[in-house]
Amino acid sequence: MNALFTAIARGRHRRAQERLGDRSFDLLCITTAFVLAVHAGHLPVWLSITLFAALGLRWWQRRHRPGRVPGWLRVPALLLLVAAVVLDYGNVFGRDPGSALAAGLLVLKLSESETPRDARVGAAFGCFLLMAALLFGQGLTATLIVALGLLPALTTWRSLEPTQIPINLPRQLLPALLLLMISLPLALAAFVFLPRLSSPLWGTSSTQAATTGLSDQMSPSDFTELLTDDSPAMRVSFDSAPPLKNLRYFRAYVMWDYDGKDWRRLDSPSDAAPTIEAASTITYHINLEPTHQRVLPVLDLPLQAPAQSQMHADGEVFADKPVNDALDYTARSALRYRFQPVLDPVTRQHALQLPPDFDPRTHALAAQWRQRFGRNDAAIIQAALQMFHNDGFSYTLVPAPLGHDAVDDFLFNTREGFCEHYASSFTVLMRAAGIPARVVTGYQGGFWNNIGQYLLVRNSDAHAWSEVWLDGHGWVRIDPTAAVRPQRINLGTAAGGSNPLLPWYESGVLESLRNHWDIVNRWWNEGVIGFDALRQRGMLTPFGIRDVDTDMLEKLLAISIAVFGAAGLAWALWRRPEGDPALAAMRALERKLGRAGVARGRSEGPQHYLRRAGRALPTQRAELDHLMRCYIDLRYATAEPSPESLRMFRRAVRNFQPRHVV
Amino acid sequence: MRAQFQRLQQWVERRLPALTRHRRQEELPIELHRRRIYIVPTGFGLAFTVLLLVMMAGSLNYSNNAALLLTCMLGAATAISMLIAFRTLNGLRLRGLRAGHAIAGEPIDIIFDMEATRLRQAVRLDLDEQTRAFDVQGRTDVTLRLPTEERGWLSLPRFRIWTTWPLGLFRAWSWMHANYAVLVWPRPELSGPAPTLPAEDNRRQRLHRGEDLAALRDYRSGDSMRHVAWKASARHESLLVKDYEQPEARQEWQLDWRQLHGMSNEARIARLARWLGEAQAQGRPWSLWLPGEAIELGSGHAHYARGMSALALLP
Repeated sequence: MNALFTAIARGRHRRAQERLGDRSFDLLCITTAFVLAVHAGHLPVWLSITLFAALGLRWWQRRHRPGRVPGWLRVPALLLLVAAVVLDYGNVFGRDPGSALAAGLLVLKLSESETPRDARVGAAFGCFLLMAALLFGQGLTATLIVALGLLPALTTWRSLEPTQIPINLPRQLLPALLLLMISLPLALAAFVFLPRLSSPLWGTSSTQAATTGLSDQMSPSDFTELLTDDSPAMRVSFDSAPPLKNLRYFRAYVMWDYDGKDWRRLDSPSDAAPTIEAASTITYHINLEPTHQRVLPVLDLPLQAPAQSQMHADGEVFADKPVNDALDYTARSALRYRFQPVLDPVTRQHALQLPPDFDPRTHALAAQWRQRFGRNDAAIIQAALQMFHNDGFSYTLVPAPLGHDAVDDFLFNTREGFCEHYASSFTVLMRAAGIPARVVTGYQGGFWNNIGQYLLVRNSDAHAWSEVWLDGHGWVRIDPTAAVRPQRINLGTAAGGSNPLLPWYESGVLESLRNHWDIVNRWWNEGVIGFDALRQRGMLTPFGIRDVDTDMLEKLLAISIAVFGAAGLAWALWRRPEGDPALAAMRALERKLGRAGVARGRSEGPQHYLRRAGRALPTQRAELDHLMRCYIDLRYATAEPSPESLRMFRRAVRNFQPRHVV
Repeated sequence: MRAQFQRLQQWVERRLPALTRHRRQEELPIELHRRRIYIVPTGFGLAFTVLLLVMMAGSLNYSNNAALLLTCMLGAATAISMLIAFRTLNGLRLRGLRAGHAIAGEPIDIIFDMEATRLRQAVRLDLDEQTRAFDVQGRTDVTLRLPTEERGWLSLPRFRIWTTWPLGLFRAWSWMHANYAVLVWPRPELSGPAPTLPAEDNRRQRLHRGEDLAALRDYRSGDSMRHVAWKASARHESLLVKDYEQPEARQEWQLDWRQLHGMSNEARIARLARWLGEAQAQGRPWSLWLPGEAIELGSGHAHYARGMSALALLP
C-alpha cells in the first residue's frame, strides 16, 4: 500500500517530460492516418481531404521545423472545425457528427503532440475512434481492417518505453500483432459471456436511410442501382431439398397504387391473415443482411409470420422494428397454393384502379383483347405474354428513357427494359383489361452454394413480377420477364448475357472464390454480428442448460476470466528450471539404477557408485564405465561443458536400461 | 504535502511490517520474485480503463458486436500487458555491486551488475532522484551516480527497480535494499603549507650506480668491461665507457598526524589528504602515521588508496 502511495506521489511531482521521439511520432501519424482512412467513407469529402492535408502538413512541419504548432493557429482551427461540423450536420451530437468532430479533434491533438504523454492520449483516442468506425458497418472485412488499426496504436505506446534495442518500423509492429493474437482467447471469452443489454441505455438503435435494398416504392432508377449491386442480400438454408429454380421467388413488397410513373404499396394494408390453401410446404432459415427497413423477404408464399413480425393480407411480412443488424429468422411457406380464392369488392376495386389520362394506347389494346377473348381472362394473359415474347421486346439494364405515358412508350416504342418495366406494364395492361392485378417486388433466383449448403441471394437478384386474380385460382403469380428472357428465371441474373453492367468476374474460378468468401462472411454474420441476447441465452442448450440468465452469464464471465487469469499467471510465474542439466541427468540415472536395486549411498561419489553399479550389473559394466567417464568429464574436465557432450551424456542416460541379472 | 506524505509512509512501514519486509538490508545477490514485485495501473492505465468502459457501454448500447469484440480485444491486450510487465521483473537478479572511488562532495559511480536469463526490456532503476533505463540481456552493467557528502562509509540507500513495459498501462516495481556500502574519501583542503620534512640527507642523494644512461666518458681503470660501449669506441681513439647515473633521490614524505598541532581532527584529515594527493601527483613516496595505524613508506595508486581509506575511516 505504501508502494501505491509512493507511486501516486511520484506521479504528482513528475519532472517535465522529455521530447517525443521521431519514431513514436511517425507511429502516431500512422495511427491517425489509419483512423482517418476508416472514417473517410462516411465523412464529408472536404473534411477528409482537409484532415489528411493537415496530418501531412504537421508531419512535414515536425520533420523540418520541429516545434509545437502555435496556439494562435490551433484555437481558431478548433473553432473552425466545430463550426464546420455544425454547418454540415446541424449539431455535434449523434454518431455521424460526433465521429466527424472526433476525427478533427484527433488531428488537432496530433498538432500539439510533443511529449510521450500526448502520444499516449492520442493513440488511446485513436483506439476509441476505431471502435466508433465499426458503428457504421460491422462486416467482416471492415472489422478486420479496423482491427488492423490497433497495431500502430499499440506500437505507438510500446515505442514510448525506453528500450534501446533498435528495430525497423515493420518489425516493430510484430510484437503488437503477437499481443493481439494472444489476447484473442480472453477477448472471445469476454465477448461471449458479457451480458448484453436488453434495451439501449440511451438513444435508439441507429436510424439510417436505406442505402441499398428494396424500397416500398418502385421507380426505375432505384432498381437499376440495385440490379448492379453484387453484395449479398440474404442467405437461405432449407430444412429439406431446396425448391426448384423457377420457384425461388422471395416476396417482399406488394404494390397496389399506380400514379402513371411509380408503384406504391398501400398505406394501410389490412392485417388480416390471408386465406391460403397450401398443397406443399417448406421450412427454411433466412439470414438477412441489414436493410434498415422492416420488410422481411419470405419464400412465396408464407404461411405464417416468423417470430417478432407480422404478416399482412397480401403476404407481406414486416418485422416489429427495422432490421439494422443482420437478422436470422425461420419461416414456412407454400410452394403450391390457392391464395385468397374469394376477393371482396373493395379489394377488387383497388386492384383495378388506374390513373386517368395515362397510356391511351394501352387501354385501347386491352379493350381490343377483351373484345376478342370475351370473358376468358387466361387467354388475355396469354396474349400479353405472347406479345412480350414475340414482338421484339428485349431485356436490358440500360433502357431508353420513357416519356409521360410510360407504359405506352414502353409497349409500342422502346420495347427494352428489365423486370420492373415488364411487371409494371403487364399489370397496367391487365387492369386496363379488367383483370385484378398487382405488382410484387422481392428477390428471385440466387446462387446455390454447394459447400455451405445454402442459397445466396444478392441484391442484384432483386426482381419484380405481377400477380393477377383469377376466379377459382385466387392470386396467381405471372412473371412477364420470363416471357422475354426465360433464362433470367432459370439461371438468375447471371443469364443477363448481353448485359454490359454485369461485372467481368461473374464467372469461373473467381466466382467460386467469391462463394467461398461468402461462406466466411456468413459465418461472421451468424457467429459474431448475430450473437445477440437471444443467441446468448440459448448458447448452453447443447449442454443441457436451457436458459442462461444474466446472473449465470456473470458467473460464467467471472469463471472464464479466472481461468484465463490463472493460465496467464502460470505463464508469468513460470521460470525455466535453472538447475544443472548434467546433475539432473545423473539423478535420472540414479533413479534407474535405484529401481534395479543399486541405490546410491549417502556419501558415495559418482565414480565409486557407478563402479559398484558395474559390479552389480556385470553385463552393463562397459556402458556404466562409459557413463561414468562422461560424467566425470562434464563435471571436472572443463569449467563449462560443451553443449554437444552434455547432449550426448543425456541421450546416453535416456537410452540406458538396467537389465536384471537373473 | 510531501512531508505529510512521508510521515504517512513511515507510519505505514511501521504498522505493516509485512509489506516492508524487504526494507531490511539484504545480502547480494538479490533475485526478484513474485512476492516482492508490486504492480498497479499507471495514471494513463486508469484513464484508459475508463475509456474502455465507455467503449464497452457504447458498443453494448448500439448492440454492435464487432465494436464489442474490438473493445474486448483491447481489454484483453491490456490485461496481458500487465502480465508482461510482471514478467519483465520476475527473475531479474542483481548479482553484485561495484563502486569507484570518490572524495566527499563528489558523486560516486555505483555499478549495478544485473543478470537475467531472457531479455528484459525497458527496465528502470531509481536511485536518489535519478532514473536510468536499460535493457537486461544476459549480464548488464548499469551505472548510476550517488552523491556523497562526508567521508566514511556510505551505505547504498534503498533503490527501486521498475518498469512500465510494454504499453505504459501498468507499473511493476520492487524495492531493493542491498547490504552494501562504499567508502568515501575525505575531501582535501584547497591550499595550505607543504609538509615539513626532516633535514635533507645529502649522503643518500648522489652517485651510485644507477639505471639510466647519462653519457659516454673515457675509460678509467677499474671500470667494468661490461660497461664499455664497443660500437662507439670503434669510431674513437680510446675506449668509451657508458656512464650510468643514479637518479636523483625523490624526497620521501614522512607524514605524521602528531605533527599537526592545534588543528581540529577534520582539518588534520583534510590537510593529510591534500598531501597524499600532492605526493601521488609528484610520484613521491610517503609514509603515514595515524592514530591506530601506521602506513609504511611506499608510492603508487594502491598506496594512495590505502592512505585515503585510512583517513576516511578515522573516527
